[in-house]
Amino acid sequence: MPAIAIAIAAIAFFALPFLGLLWRVPWSSAWGIITEADSRDALRLSIECSLLAALLSVILGVPLAWVLARIEFPGRSVVRALCLLSLVLPPVVAGVALFSAYGRRGMLGAPLADWFGVRLPYSTAGVVIAQTFVAMPFLILTVEAALRGLDRGPEEAARTLGATSWYSFRRVTVPAIRPALIAGTVLAWARALGEFGATITFAGNLPGTTQTAPLAVYRALEVHPDQALVLSVVLIVISFLVLIALRDRWLTPPSEQSR
Amino acid sequence: MQPRRISRLPVIIISLAALLLGGLLPGCGSDGNSKSITVAAASSLSGAFEAAKAEFEASHPGTSITLAFGSSSSLAQQILDGARIDVFASADNDTMQSVNRELAGRSSTFTTNTLEIMVEKGNPLGIATLSDLARPELVYITCAPEVPIGKYSADVLSRAGVTVAPSSLEPDVKGIVTKITSGEADAGIVYSTDVVAAGDRASGVVIPMRQNVMASYPIARLYRARHNTTAAAWIDFINGAEGQTILTRFGFIAP
Repeated sequence: MPAIAIAIAAIAFFALPFLGLLWRVPWSSAWGIITEADSRDALRLSIECSLLAALLSVILGVPLAWVLARIEFPGRSVVRALCLLSLVLPPVVAGVALFSAYGRRGMLGAPLADWFGVRLPYSTAGVVIAQTFVAMPFLILTVEAALRGLDRGPEEAARTLGATSWYSFRRVTVPAIRPALIAGTVLAWARALGEFGATITFAGNLPGTTQTAPLAVYRALEVHPDQALVLSVVLIVISFLVLIALRDRWLTPPSEQSR
Repeated sequence: MQPRRISRLPVIIISLAALLLGGLLPGCGSDGNSKSITVAAASSLSGAFEAAKAEFEASHPGTSITLAFGSSSSLAQQILDGARIDVFASADNDTMQSVNRELAGRSSTFTTNTLEIMVEKGNPLGIATLSDLARPELVYITCAPEVPIGKYSADVLSRAGVTVAPSSLEPDVKGIVTKITSGEADAGIVYSTDVVAAGDRASGVVIPMRQNVMASYPIARLYRARHNTTAAAWIDFINGAEGQTILTRFGFIAP
C-alpha cells in the first residue's frame, strides 16, 4: 500500500508539469505560431540534426561497443570511462570542451580552419557534432551491455559453418541485440533532440542555421512566451509518441517473443 | 497473530527527504528590512558594481549585497516570474519599462555608456569603420534584439546604412566579449566600458559620436524592497559621489 501511494505521488510529480503546460498553451493561436518562420526553422533543424546525430552515433558507436565488449586490452576501463564521460558531464562543459578542440583556436580546429577553411562553430555541422558528442554514450551503453550478455553459441555455430565474421555479425549478432540497438538509437536520438548547453556554447545560436528547438524555446521565453509554450508542447508530443511506439514488443529479444 | 511492525527504513528515508525539502523551501514572510539584498544588474555593469559592492559593504557594516548579472532582458523576465530581487539596474529604458508593475516607484538614470566595435587584439583585420563589419569573410556576432546591446547595435548599424549578417546571437554582451577574446569571432559591437574592461585581451575601434548612441542605464527599487533601507542606501550610493567615481573609473559617462 505505501508503495502504491508513493508511486502515485511520483506519477503526479511527472504529470503535473506536462498538464500545467497543456493548461497554459494558447490553443487558438498555436497553429499560427507553429507555422511562423523561426518556429518552422527551429523544428526542422532539430529533427534533421538529431536524426543525423543518431545515425552518426550508430555508425561510430556500434563498432566501439563491440570492441569494448569483445576485445580485452590494457586500459579498457579507462577508454570506456572516456567514451561515456559526456553522459555525466554538464552539457555546457561539453560545449567548452568541444570549443577547445574544434574551435577556431582549438587543438584540431585551428589547423582545420587555417589549412582547409573549415569552421565548425556557428555551423549546422557544429550542431550535429555537439549532439553526437552527448548522445552517443547512450547507444554505446545499451549495445555494449547487450553484447556482453549475449550467448555466443549461435555466433560460434555460424563461424564453424563457414560464415565470415561480418556475415555472422550482420545475420546473427545484430538480430539478437536488435532490442538494445533500437532502444539505444532512440535514446541517443532523444538526447540529441533535447541537447541545449553544448549546442548554444559550441555551435552558437542563429535562427535557421544553429538555433534548434530548445534554443528557440530559450529565446522565446523572453520575447514571445506563447511561442516557447507551443514549441515545448510540440517537442514533448514528438518525444512522447516515440516512447509509446517503443513498445515492449520491440524491446524483448526475438527468442523470448511469443509467436 | 503477530502485530505488523512498521519497517524503520521507509520512515527514515521520508523524514530525511522532508528535512531536505524543508531546508530548500524559501522562507515565508521574508524580512522586509533585511541587510542582505540582491541587486540584478546588466552584465556590462559587472566590473563597476563588483567594485561598488566592496566599497559599499566596507562603509555600511553588516550589509551584504548579492550581485546577479545577465542580459537586462533575461533579468527582467526573472523579475516578472517572481525572482527575489531588490534592486534592478538595466542597460536600457525599455527593459526597465517592461518590469514597471514590479517597481516601488520611478526609476532614475544613474549612468550612460556609448558603443564601440570590439575586435581581436591588435586589430589584425584592419577594421576601421562600421561598414567594414559588412565584409563577407568577417565573423560578426551580436545579441538578440531584445537584449539592450542587440537593440542599440542594430540601431547604430541601420542608421549608418550598413547591413551585416551575424554568425550568432549571444545571450549577453559579455558573451560577445568572450567569443572575441577567445578568437572565435572577429568583431562585435559592445559598450565602450567592455573594451576598457577587456584590457589588452582585445582592441577597440571607436564609433564616431554622430553614428553612436548614448545608452541610458536606469536603476530602480523593486516593490518587495519598498521599505528596505539597504536597498535605498545602495541606490543613493550609486547615484552619489562614490558610486559615480567608480563608474567613471570603469569608463561610464555621468548622466
